[in-house]
Amino acid sequence: MSYIPHTDADREAMLKAIGVDSIEALFDAVPEKHRFPVLDLPDPMTEMEIAAEMEALSRFNVSASDYAIFLGAGAYHHYIPSLVNHMLLRGEFYTAYTPYQPEVSQGTLQAIFEFQTMISRLTGMDAANASHYDGATALAEAVTVAMAAHRDKRQKVIFSPTIHPHYREVARTYHQNRAVKFSGDRSGTATMVDLADMIDDNTAMIAVQYPNFLGQIEDYTEIIKAARAHGTLVCIVTDPVACALLKSPGELGADIVVGEGQGLGIPMSFGGPYLGFFAVKNEHVRRIAGRIVGETVDGDGRRAYVMTLRPREQDIRREKASSNICTNQGLMALAACVHMTAMGKQGMRRVAELCWHKAHYAAQEIGKLKGFSVDTTRPFFKEFVVTCPKPVSEINDELIYHFGIIGGYDLGKDFPTRENQMLLCVTEMNSKDEIDMLVAGLRAIAAGELHDGDHHHHH
Amino acid sequence: MENSTPQPLEKTSYELSQPGRQGIRLPDPDVPLTDIPADLCRTDLDFPEMGELDVVRHFIKLSQFNYSIDKGFYPLGSCTMKYNPKINEDMARLPGYAHVHPLQSQGTTQGALALMYRLQEWLCEISGFDAVSIQPAAGAHGEFAGILMIRKYHIDRGDVKRTKILVPDSAHGTNPATTSMAGLQAIELPSDKNGDVDLDVLRKACEQHKEELAGMMITVPSTLGVFEEHIVEIIKIVHEAGGLMYMDGANMNALLGVAKPGELGFDVMHYNLHKTFSTPHGGGGPGSGPVVCNEKLAPFRPGPVVEIIEEPQDEDDAPLYGWVMPDKSIGRLKAFHGNFGMHVRAYAYISAYGSDLPKVTHYAVLNANYIRARLKGTYLMPFDRMCGHELVIEGHWPDKAPGVHALDISKRLMDYNFHPPTNYFPLIVPEALLIEPTETESKEVLDSFIEAMLKIAEEAQNNPDLLHSAPHITPVKRVDEVKAAKDLVLCCRPTHIESAEAQ
Amino acid sequence: MANWKTPEDLKYAKSDEWFRVEGDVVTIGISDYAQDQLSDIVYVELPDVGATLSAGGSVGVVESVKAASDVYTVVGGEVIEVNSQLEKEPESVNSDPFGKGWFIKLRVKDLSPLNGLMNAAAYIEYCSSR
Repeated sequence: MSYIPHTDADREAMLKAIGVDSIEALFDAVPEKHRFPVLDLPDPMTEMEIAAEMEALSRFNVSASDYAIFLGAGAYHHYIPSLVNHMLLRGEFYTAYTPYQPEVSQGTLQAIFEFQTMISRLTGMDAANASHYDGATALAEAVTVAMAAHRDKRQKVIFSPTIHPHYREVARTYHQNRAVKFSGDRSGTATMVDLADMIDDNTAMIAVQYPNFLGQIEDYTEIIKAARAHGTLVCIVTDPVACALLKSPGELGADIVVGEGQGLGIPMSFGGPYLGFFAVKNEHVRRIAGRIVGETVDGDGRRAYVMTLRPREQDIRREKASSNICTNQGLMALAACVHMTAMGKQGMRRVAELCWHKAHYAAQEIGKLKGFSVDTTRPFFKEFVVTCPKPVSEINDELIYHFGIIGGYDLGKDFPTRENQMLLCVTEMNSKDEIDMLVAGLRAIAAGELHDGDHHHHH
Repeated sequence: MENSTPQPLEKTSYELSQPGRQGIRLPDPDVPLTDIPADLCRTDLDFPEMGELDVVRHFIKLSQFNYSIDKGFYPLGSCTMKYNPKINEDMARLPGYAHVHPLQSQGTTQGALALMYRLQEWLCEISGFDAVSIQPAAGAHGEFAGILMIRKYHIDRGDVKRTKILVPDSAHGTNPATTSMAGLQAIELPSDKNGDVDLDVLRKACEQHKEELAGMMITVPSTLGVFEEHIVEIIKIVHEAGGLMYMDGANMNALLGVAKPGELGFDVMHYNLHKTFSTPHGGGGPGSGPVVCNEKLAPFRPGPVVEIIEEPQDEDDAPLYGWVMPDKSIGRLKAFHGNFGMHVRAYAYISAYGSDLPKVTHYAVLNANYIRARLKGTYLMPFDRMCGHELVIEGHWPDKAPGVHALDISKRLMDYNFHPPTNYFPLIVPEALLIEPTETESKEVLDSFIEAMLKIAEEAQNNPDLLHSAPHITPVKRVDEVKAAKDLVLCCRPTHIESAEAQ
Repeated sequence: MANWKTPEDLKYAKSDEWFRVEGDVVTIGISDYAQDQLSDIVYVELPDVGATLSAGGSVGVVESVKAASDVYTVVGGEVIEVNSQLEKEPESVNSDPFGKGWFIKLRVKDLSPLNGLMNAAAYIEYCSSR
């Protein structure tokens, strides 16, 4: 019975103590007509069989451990130091519950407190919470905070069209029955100046992404100026890896900073679990949804940590709570905490610099290719836009088949004006050899030199 | 003055930091360098600097301050703290799952899609529903999806006035919070003296709000740990008033192979994979909260979901799986596809039990009733009847031990090396202690817990101070929550202030 | 049973606010009973000066470690003053609910809803019965 330890003798003794004859008798309250339905499930499996089957199934996936990957668009292949996983596999961390009982949860609590600190420092904010489900849901919750900050008297929220399309979609899903009007991103072509012009006295919040979905570093001067003039909150969606090198969103003038922390020690894992982070200036601390850990003392005057600002949460505030969130992404926050501590001040910057140099090298080389052009109108970090001579899906099929390369993101899917444009991502994980292989591959694909039998890689 | 600074159990990484140290070294660039414009860059990053061994010791030390399932019994009601099988962790870390990018093409992700598809099918089979989306990232997220689906269903039929959701007063706080978050209004229903929904009150509420009733949310078995005897009748009453029925699936560990919510007549439900299917709680997440529903609500599911795009030509071939957006979807609830790592673990867990899955519920309910039988007489029980997978007792003796509260019992349990039960929930039971043992605990463990509970009941009368001052053996004593909330300190102090003070 | 203070010159609402009338200005706070039930108060959220509140509307939120509670007004009017000291010393709601712990002052046109409130004696009885 897999993970159930009872012997027959145990069961009989327990039934006797309860005063019933059989386990079935424990379920008399369930309407008889519906009691004990058949479950059509496969036969039970042993651990050995599970491992064999699931391992075999996993081989039907192309993974970044076997292939070179140049795909980003919100999920990134960054280096994860070995110790991160070793810490996550400590049962004391991963088999603990939410730290409601501080006396027996100081480990989780202090780790979250350190995580909050590092996220605050990276983003240039005063405080951060213990995390959200992912970057997209963190943005959706930022909208709630901005509405509350204006006591629901403002209805407009402006989104830059260069925020990740999934994030904008999720925010709309969250607020579909509420009085929020989203604008700014419909045409897909609004510039920062256009967005600044849209800000008015009814605008609760404007959100931009930094670096944006296309990898570019935009100038927010006009937006921040207009937002200040109208009392509009500025939310910056950011990549924490970039923040180790670039000016912090706080320095640029953000009131709220959210983003995806997956790049901080969390594997891509086909889209989750990830780590939404949420940081604010002091005046908004009491409006953040979700868990927050604070420092205090215990009965003996020792330093101790505890979840604080609890009354705002769903289990106490019920229908008045600003969000129904219960969990954070506890273990993912721990992963990021261990990762950032191990990388430290120097390592964090080093990773960002490697991304910068390698991405720029790749962009320069691809820019030289006949038929391709690279958008260099604005500075970029680790991602950039390449206009291709043929459909991106065709190029990607050839890259994977002939070169063992997972190609970039097809921007035509989300932006009608960006047909045949590919978003390429280069991180510290891509060696020069891989980049050269990508360049050679693109050249060959454009030239139509490839034939079905040709394989240039060894997978 | 030094005595006034609170001593830490373990210094923070910021306090352990020494300028110049580095944990992980990274390679030099192997490409020609490109100038990084200084006006784009930050000048400083206030981050800790520690050697690798110091980092490891720091986190190991922190881990030792935690209680966990791996360490001992964790009878936290409504949380289902069962054993988290180790093999599940290994499976989630296979490179073919862990290092797959969510935006890779269909053709390069058939293994992951097949796994998600099979999990979807199993979740439908277990619950008796027709359709599912495994995108929601947690139970509360799945609940949110379900309520948005109900609302959109009514809107789609032109029934736009339906905005009210009935919620029993025994419900999890997420239920009313979800309702508000979805832009609807929660109407609280008082329970009867047995903790059940009062059918007359329900009928009246349905009559009063007939035009505006969107639906009802209810937990089965209820948060009091008992199976609602009139559930089929409740569902009928709400349906007749034009409302849909939402089941909070938090307590599914009491229903596996015992009843299928879809067959009982529910329209939609969420699972908590981290409860019922043993994906680890991780110190507060990540979870996973698939939403399952009947045909009526299927078009409104969040998406995309995995479907078979092309049936196999041959019996031996695999079908082609792909992403499909349900046609009237409430939209996307999360970037990418959900907490896939949790899907992998739940898949491994369900594979282990397969058709034996009902045994999980049988033994979970056996364990809870065993504790109930043995604590009866010593502890007050608000409802004297068979319980589901958890039981609620009252943690006080107003006559015999005035001044002792449920919280004191909880804290004292820590001295016996047990994690406390859930305190003060459900709200409608005074001094509630909600105990959920789960099926993975042996009789010996339950016996030692029961002994501790009986001992504490004695102490409450003979030596109540022992309870008031508990816990005594934990890394810290009871903490000052008022100070934490009043003098908010949410970050380590900046290192440059530390060093300035040191000078 | 605790001995809650209930000054004679005030009016009390069932939701535990007190109202002091001075001309067309009404001062609002929460009762001794309410602060006792909430225990240690850690935060009070107040409206902006100049805001217009409607009768039956929310004044703000008072938070303790264990609970958060809305504060309502039975009369509508313009907020002419808020007790900004509560930002730094929310505990004065506990120590002096009728003095230093006041919340806001409203300029009110229609005082008639106050007639439906309890006097001190009725409020004591109401609290004791809960």
